[in-house]
Amino acid sequence: MKTIQNIGIAIFLVGLSIFASLPCIGSFNLDQSTFDEMISSQGIKSEIFIEDLKSKLVDKEITGLQALAPLVKDSKEKANAVHSKNKEWDKKIYKNSPELATLIRKKSGYGFIPENKGLMWFLTFGLGIIGALMFIIPQVVTLGKKGIKNDHIYHQSSTNKGWIAWLVFIFLVSFYLILYFKPEYAVNWTYLVDPVSESLSGNPAGHWFVYGFMYCVVMTVMAIRMYIKYRHNMYQMVRTTSVLFFQIVFAFLIPEIMVRLQAGDDWSYKKGYDFKNAFPLDYDFFFNWNLKELIAGGGLGMFILVWGIVLTLVIVPVMVYFFGKRWYCSWVCGCGGLAETLGDPYRQHSSKSLFSWKVERWLIHGVLVFAVVMTGFTLYGFFAETGTVLGIKVQSIMATYSFLIGAIFAGVIGTGFYPIFGNRVWCRFGCPLAAYLGFVQRFKSRFRITTNGGQCISCGNCSTYCEQGIDVRAYAQKGENIVRSSCVGCGVCSAVCPRGVLKLENGPEAGRINPTEVLLGNDVDLMEFVNKK
Amino acid sequence: MEHIVIIGNGIAGVTAARHIRKNSDKRISIVSAETDYFFSRTALMYVYMGHMKFEHTQPYENWFWKKNRIDLVKGYVNTVDHQNKKLILSEGNDINYDKLIIATGSKPNKFGWPGQDLPGVQGLYSKQDLDQLEANAPDNKTCKRAVIVGGGLIGIEMAEMLRSRKIPVTFLVRETSFWNGVLPAGESEMINEHILEHHIDLRLGVNLDEILADQNGKARAVTIKETGEEIACDVVGLTAGVSPNIAFLKESGIELGRGVKVNRHLETNIKDIYAIGDCAEQHESIDQRRPIEAVWYTGRMMGETVAQTICGNKIEYKPGHWFNSAKFLDLEYQTYGWVFSERGMKENEQHFHWRDDKEKICITIAFDKETKQFLGINTFGIRMRHEIFDRWLTEKRDVNHVMEYLKDANFDPEFYKKYEDKIVSTFNSEFGTTISPKKKSWKRIFSNA
Repeated sequence: MKTIQNIGIAIFLVGLSIFASLPCIGSFNLDQSTFDEMISSQGIKSEIFIEDLKSKLVDKEITGLQALAPLVKDSKEKANAVHSKNKEWDKKIYKNSPELATLIRKKSGYGFIPENKGLMWFLTFGLGIIGALMFIIPQVVTLGKKGIKNDHIYHQSSTNKGWIAWLVFIFLVSFYLILYFKPEYAVNWTYLVDPVSESLSGNPAGHWFVYGFMYCVVMTVMAIRMYIKYRHNMYQMVRTTSVLFFQIVFAFLIPEIMVRLQAGDDWSYKKGYDFKNAFPLDYDFFFNWNLKELIAGGGLGMFILVWGIVLTLVIVPVMVYFFGKRWYCSWVCGCGGLAETLGDPYRQHSSKSLFSWKVERWLIHGVLVFAVVMTGFTLYGFFAETGTVLGIKVQSIMATYSFLIGAIFAGVIGTGFYPIFGNRVWCRFGCPLAAYLGFVQRFKSRFRITTNGGQCISCGNCSTYCEQGIDVRAYAQKGENIVRSSCVGCGVCSAVCPRGVLKLENGPEAGRINPTEVLLGNDVDLMEFVNKK
Repeated sequence: MEHIVIIGNGIAGVTAARHIRKNSDKRISIVSAETDYFFSRTALMYVYMGHMKFEHTQPYENWFWKKNRIDLVKGYVNTVDHQNKKLILSEGNDINYDKLIIATGSKPNKFGWPGQDLPGVQGLYSKQDLDQLEANAPDNKTCKRAVIVGGGLIGIEMAEMLRSRKIPVTFLVRETSFWNGVLPAGESEMINEHILEHHIDLRLGVNLDEILADQNGKARAVTIKETGEEIACDVVGLTAGVSPNIAFLKESGIELGRGVKVNRHLETNIKDIYAIGDCAEQHESIDQRRPIEAVWYTGRMMGETVAQTICGNKIEYKPGHWFNSAKFLDLEYQTYGWVFSERGMKENEQHFHWRDDKEKICITIAFDKETKQFLGINTFGIRMRHEIFDRWLTEKRDVNHVMEYLKDANFDPEFYKKYEDKIVSTFNSEFGTTISPKKKSWKRIFSNA
């Protein structure tokens, strides 16, 4: 078994290395006709830009790490300076240069990688999946009898912030940086999944498709790990299946298929939509351009507009009332889904200190306020048909949020920091939707984690494995139910408890919050005397 | 300001300190030689197995003590001088007290086995024991086999710990079946099977004869009394129960039995000296409890109680209905009320035992032969709701009632397979009853909340 696992690791590392080397290799050569085609498809009218870029790129060999975006940016600035001076507004170029650079690369790649997409897929994704499964599946045997198997989590480099964890950290952070800020280097990755993308939406893959596809693959492989690790625990099995289903079907397949169905017909809404992604996590839902597209998007566009509003204002809070915020955060949400699968080996790293809790409350509620204020600005701007509200450019607020919160916080820090700060950094400190759900859960909900009388022995397994950094034991050892806005209801505290003390349940609101000092089992008079104070 | 000094920073002493602080402004000091800060002894095993780091076993952050004005003194108390109301520490310094709480806990039992003090022989109780095990048995190269002597809760924990590092374990149990002095036969048998499933070499009905030393004076083997067999090993775990850690009080004038003798107010024979937790011994046992109860929650309850007395609300220690829990490898165990083993069974006690035919899940319910009054329940692999059983015991419900409403008491996580229907139908066929189990009702469950 150990041998199979070691071979698995080796195969996985080969796949990973090939994948990681792709941004650095490959050849690109832009010919005249492709260039012209691209210029016309992008609606670029500036001769200065076209000439300048043509002289730099057409029929020139570009390889691997050579950066295109700065060249594009340079041409763009040159052209725009002239056009601004001449007040030729229609010629000005508004496309962003990393995106143009990405497009150029995508169109001009040649050689082994784009010509052997299937083989390259196998050498990266394929080997990664096979290797990972060879490591994971033998755990059915190596973990022994079913039950909680957390042996050696704090002895292993990968799960105890050792050098492996730091390597994973560097890999994840670099991956997100490329995805968000240097997409031109992701072009080789897009070739690997072109066939998948074409079969779904009919279009070649972009770097976000790579991300979506990879997300589903990683979640599926790590869900298999969850199924093995928690095979004694039906709550974990059902919950894992649920997050996996919503990721693959709602976040990945439906949006892609929507694009395919709408291509070419007279439906005017041409985009995909993730029907479970609720505002304010879906922070650009009320952005000017999105509202315009939805309103112009015919019946489907209007349906999505109404659905999005009803989801946030009615469905989300009502469901939280009945089931707690877990129905979203650990049963449906994509961010939660990744955290609960890929992130599960790192859940113990969330800090339980009081200090972290203070930071958490400032940060997450700060982001919520930011999101709401920004949306206020965009909506006002939309209805008043202005780009400037209270002397501030709405566009710049949106750009700031997208950069700081959408990219850096949710992506780079949220996932990249898994091996160091735990798997719910974003959900705990940043997600504005989680903050909103948290208010409902804390003040008007039937959900609680019930503490079983006086059975707690303060061992601390619950607190250690709480991914949201809740000091569960602090409540349990006082016989007190856990009612906290941040709890995502993953159920792991209950799973790891050796004494059967914790149970997630939806019960009557009365008595849900039950501060106690003296626990069940002691003198009844004393309990009444102390607890009523 | 009155100075309350507590010897021992375990659950009993720390609970007392917390509650005294809540109710008063008295000066509080806790003296301990074991660790700087309170930690949960029950979690030591998880540190060795790598589920946690030692710091995770500490329920309070380090700033907690200063903020709550609880002085922590690291030191070992040599002598209690009650005439002058002072403690003399091993470093020679004194601490004066106005009221003293002794909460020194237990130490592992040793029964005079030859070789019991050799290097490589140890118990598992304190932080020092954990450190020692880490040194004695870091892996299965250094420790090629371990022998554990004594089939109780700590013994099986120690076996689980060593197995997590793939160290072969031989487990010597005096009883003919694991823990059958406490558990009824069916349950004890199920654990026997489970121990074997974990590849632990379980030897039932055997006693340790002696521990042999190698040329360096380190333990190298044990011999078994019954068979004379010699088992080579590098570590010997002595887990034959614990007894109160009170040797330092011998000359103090405080009345001692096996533990520090206390009355129902947890007072010793000497004014202003109290004893709580594992080290306290009741003059007469309460209910069917033992005079010395080395259980986590009783330590906590005595701490809660003595704090009231010290803060002027003098009350008796009155534990409610017996309950407890444990985990045997992967099997969770809970008990509410009294279920005795065949050996300790009361005359009027009758058992209903049910075991699932596939999973390692079983329950035993004890009830009165004549009146059918429910006496207690043991469950393995099914979690039960403490509050419900506490209520049924107080209300003196009969066993039929328990069967009928058993679903209210289930505390397993959501989506778990439920066994109540099977259990009740087995009960019906054994006792000729026609009980149909009622659906779980939130209203009933929370009716007292």
